[in-house]
Amino acid sequence: MLDKNGIARRIAKEIKDGYYVNLGIGIPTLVANYIPDGINIVLQSENGLLGMGPFPYEGEEDADLINAGKQTITTLPGSSIFDSAMSFGMIRSQKIDLTILGAMEVSEHGDIANWKIPGKMVKGMGGAMDLVASAKNIIVAMQHVNKAGESKLLPSCTLPLTGVRCIKKVVTELAVLDILPEGGFKLIERAPGVSVEYIRQSTLGKLYADDNTPEMSLD
Amino acid sequence: MINKVVSGAKEAIRDIEDGHTLMLGGFGLCGIPENCINALVEKDVKELTCISNNAGVDDFGIGLMLHKHQVKKMIASYVGENAEFERQLLSGELEVELVPQGTLATRCMAAGYGMPVIYTPAGVGTEVAEGKEVRNFNGKDYLMEYAFEADFAIVKAWKGDTAGNLIYRSTSRNFNPVMAMAGKVTIAEVEELVAAGQLDPDHIHTPGVYVHRIFQGQDYEKRIEQRTVRTKN
Repeated sequence: MLDKNGIARRIAKEIKDGYYVNLGIGIPTLVANYIPDGINIVLQSENGLLGMGPFPYEGEEDADLINAGKQTITTLPGSSIFDSAMSFGMIRSQKIDLTILGAMEVSEHGDIANWKIPGKMVKGMGGAMDLVASAKNIIVAMQHVNKAGESKLLPSCTLPLTGVRCIKKVVTELAVLDILPEGGFKLIERAPGVSVEYIRQSTLGKLYADDNTPEMSLD
Repeated sequence: MINKVVSGAKEAIRDIEDGHTLMLGGFGLCGIPENCINALVEKDVKELTCISNNAGVDDFGIGLMLHKHQVKKMIASYVGENAEFERQLLSGELEVELVPQGTLATRCMAAGYGMPVIYTPAGVGTEVAEGKEVRNFNGKDYLMEYAFEADFAIVKAWKGDTAGNLIYRSTSRNFNPVMAMAGKVTIAEVEELVAAGQLDPDHIHTPGVYVHRIFQGQDYEKRIEQRTVRTKN
């Protein structure tokens, strides 16, 4: 089973040289720590920055330079700054190659819910609806089951949707799964030490799983 | 030469009254018009509709206006860092319209470009789409969203000149340029106000035609919401 950093490490292997990438808040942010050597990418922060660098050294924080999670950050050589409309313009026009974001639920048809729990949590969708509606390549980083052991990979989402039929790949603590165009999760890789049977039990949506599904490599 | 300079925040907001719709620039607490927000709190105008990406935090930014119950309706994309906001929302004291962030920015932009609507795929098939026209272009569905109308847009820039030209600094640019273009009256507060001619025309982000009043703000706190650092090895 993977921890949060393990999920981030596995997702990092999907990133190709030359990609422009938008990382969501939470596990996706950790992906930046595991970009393989020799892979050059540019991180987009949707508040208006291409070329997001690491956190500043202590004492060098700049209140005018933050990421979409409102954290102080730095720029890198080649960075550019722009307004919010242009930021979502480049997302909508698919200039951003890959979006990685978290989810509370994903359905077997590729629907995603990650912005609202009615009556409990009302924080807003931020940029998530724009990102999932436009990105050509989205990877969801999420927990396969909740704390009560209930699957979050479902036949259909129970929470208010963020986007419809937009997710094609999910990486969880248990597995890497593709979502098939005709519907259903296809098991691609197992997390270290996790059995196909355990993944079957943990997936409420339709699952296509080969008994010989390989275990993933994180290197 | 046209001179847009006013003495300060109090004069800049002099004709903002109960029931007006305001756009307020900024992302989180980054690039918010601190001076004008404080002046609005002091003036105690009520029943405002505020269009802003976020709603501040409990004791800073728009959060200060929420505490005094000055806001009737909030139009925003993300309001997660504000307990008072959540309390007023759940108790029904505050009306809230949550708008996807790109839609919010582009509805401002459309106003500044003189276009009545935009079509965006954001929110198709979700509760955001309820009651909205959907059109299919090249096999993909898009929602029709209206350009915002705001009585006043209030923005913060780094530098400005007496002709109203603005330059923003780093990611405090965010929503400020698109909101500056969208107000019936646009108020800009800047950290440094210079005479016309002192800024290179090639470096202007917001042309002065969009800005009606400008002043040099005072005592910027520029609060950091999430201070994240690394240590030197």
